[in-house]
Amino acid sequence: MASSLVSPSPTSSFISNKKYLGFSAFPSTSQIAIHKCKKRVSKKIVSVMAPQQSERKPATTGSVKTGMTMTEKILARASEKPQLSPGDNVWVNVDILMTHDVCGPGSIGIFKKEFGENEKVWDREKIVIIPDHYIFTSDERANRNVDILRDFCTEQNIKYFYDIKDLSNFKANPDYKGVCHVALAQEGHCRPGEVLLGTDSHTCTTGAFGQFATGIGNTDAGFVLGTGKLLLKVPTTLRFVMDGEMPHYLLAKDLILQIIGEISVAGATYKSMEFVGTTVESLNMEERMTLCNMVVEAGGKNGVVPADSTTFKYLEDKTSLPYEPVYSDAQASFLSEYRFDISKLEPLVAKPHSPDNRALARECKDVKIDRVYIGSCTGGKTEDFLAAAKVFLASGKKVKVPTFLVPATQKVWMDVYTLPVPGSGGKTCAQIFEEAGCDTPASPSCGACLGGPKDTYARMNEPKVCVSTTNRNFPGRMGHKEGQIYLASPYTAAASALTGYVTDPREFLQ
Amino acid sequence: MCDSLSHASYSATFSSLASKTSVSPPPLFPPSFKVPTFSPLTVKPLSSTFTPHAARVTTITTYAATSPSSVPSDASTTTFHGLCYVVGDNIDTDQIIPAEYLTLVPSNPAEYEKLGSYALIGLPSSYATRFIEPNEIKTKYSIVIGGANFGCGSSREHAPVALGAAGAKAVVAESYARIFFRNSVATGEVYPLESEVRICEECRTGDMVTIELGESRLINHNTGKEYKLKPIGDAGPVIEAGGIFAYARKTGMIPPQSK
Repeated sequence: MASSLVSPSPTSSFISNKKYLGFSAFPSTSQIAIHKCKKRVSKKIVSVMAPQQSERKPATTGSVKTGMTMTEKILARASEKPQLSPGDNVWVNVDILMTHDVCGPGSIGIFKKEFGENEKVWDREKIVIIPDHYIFTSDERANRNVDILRDFCTEQNIKYFYDIKDLSNFKANPDYKGVCHVALAQEGHCRPGEVLLGTDSHTCTTGAFGQFATGIGNTDAGFVLGTGKLLLKVPTTLRFVMDGEMPHYLLAKDLILQIIGEISVAGATYKSMEFVGTTVESLNMEERMTLCNMVVEAGGKNGVVPADSTTFKYLEDKTSLPYEPVYSDAQASFLSEYRFDISKLEPLVAKPHSPDNRALARECKDVKIDRVYIGSCTGGKTEDFLAAAKVFLASGKKVKVPTFLVPATQKVWMDVYTLPVPGSGGKTCAQIFEEAGCDTPASPSCGACLGGPKDTYARMNEPKVCVSTTNRNFPGRMGHKEGQIYLASPYTAAASALTGYVTDPREFLQ
Repeated sequence: MCDSLSHASYSATFSSLASKTSVSPPPLFPPSFKVPTFSPLTVKPLSSTFTPHAARVTTITTYAATSPSSVPSDASTTTFHGLCYVVGDNIDTDQIIPAEYLTLVPSNPAEYEKLGSYALIGLPSSYATRFIEPNEIKTKYSIVIGGANFGCGSSREHAPVALGAAGAKAVVAESYARIFFRNSVATGEVYPLESEVRICEECRTGDMVTIELGESRLINHNTGKEYKLKPIGDAGPVIEAGGIFAYARKTGMIPPQSK
């Protein structure tokens, strides 16, 4: 459970779990120093307020310590250093290493080659191996890759291996979970203040738990497997402040599409993205995961949301390991700060072929579509399906195009079939989807988000126009090079399915 | 792997570095990993033209080069000479190696070669000249010239591996996405070089170019123009050694491979 951590320094923002007051306790703006970025980063602020500029107040305690951001603090603790600055290269102790069926075999190969065939991993309890990418396929190599994972987990006695053997029926596999980033959260492997590395770009998703989480390649992962450490450079932090009540037609996906459209696909390269503000605080964990998930689409190294009562509540029944949340100091330095007045935002899409090709959904209403895809770590969680169901429920009509539903994990699949949708008189998502004429929810995995082997369910094998709740829309992302992918929130995806055109969900949500 | 390199200038230095470091190889990795000895913070200051990510990678490797006579990285005589293949901005990992080929495991030699045969196959058909001809498995272009944010998207290490396996020696881009850059250095598959201007707009696929690593210079023989590159710095020896493990071994940072 959460341990309370009270720091003696008045400048620190370590807070006891029991007394957490949320960011309303902070003078959130006046003490943040904003450094102007040397590069041509867009400073356009989409909001009513301009960035606050203020002098950094001199330390009053006589302590030499400078304020650090959340990310800097996490890396400081993980590298056992009292103080870090952006740009420092430090050896970091890794709390969790995650890998899956696409990159696991390669990482294992490197580990064995470099450390020895009979070497043991650094800690059999800190490695989580989650087959999720190419699972329900007859591709022999894909199947073999899951076998490679299994062999390694057996010989190394890896504690957390979410295996699958019976590909014809996912339910026959009690250990199998599905999409790694969602499984990490659901199985309690994400804890505030920790360092989690994964061989997948969307590892940044679990920064939603107030931890440092980022993607690495096979070679780095092979190194971590043997040593439990990695050399990382401390990133500067971009702060995104979102205040205001979340309009009923917006979801976290819209927020992150707004941000990526604002700063571009390279706007956060090598930087940390910190999300704060009353809007962020109002988001549940899965919505926060969506926000952090697409940090990599802006080039970001990691995303963080400060842990609060929402986080602790989520973790209550999931992890029994102690953890210590960290928070940005009031005097921490941020490279830039962006402020958004959420009440002014509207549902968005990212048009082909880039996640920063932002447009208002309502301005794309003449774009005829061929299909809708609801799934992936970005948009295939329980909350995402509840959101889509809400739109179908409000409409009461049937979809006009094939609508593919791919729950991210077994748990999400169960929720889709058991949770009652608010305002529906007790109907489940699955019932609502069926009544709306959607495809039956498929076996949980990454599915067609990234195309995959040719026989992957819902893969785009011909040039089609698709509205998708996934994370990337570069050419060929879902299969066919000439495919056109519009990235959108589950609300927008469901609305579009109902009309056969890219549609603003306000058409259905009153 | 990068095989067109002259190792002469480095071998002597590496052995001298190795003899200076006192590492008794114990069975397990962590105890021999003398982190305090290899403090990245004692590195001599790098050129001011470094962009954040180039500087970052150089500092990774300098933990092995803290002896006073650390190798000046621009003493390299490495050159690349060959045809260049020009691409645009934001070439993401799905274009470099589409997801359907990710079932190939890079550490498996046969599959490594196969990966190479699919390098850049994901580029749209607007690229009329393909990186690898239809019935070939290797590329005739040893240098890829790109725009901004090269390698964005996935963390798949298959991306730099595919390029290296195909026969590319270096990428010269305006800027890189971080995971791709990091993977390029860690694997030693391709040199991720950065240009100061948008070379991708001034070179054409099929132009004959020379890259002089030591001079940080690219020469396009078809146009006669020369371009300044950002020095690869300490990332160079890592790539030249064959990646981060090979480099760490060569410099005595980690024990020799156990059989």
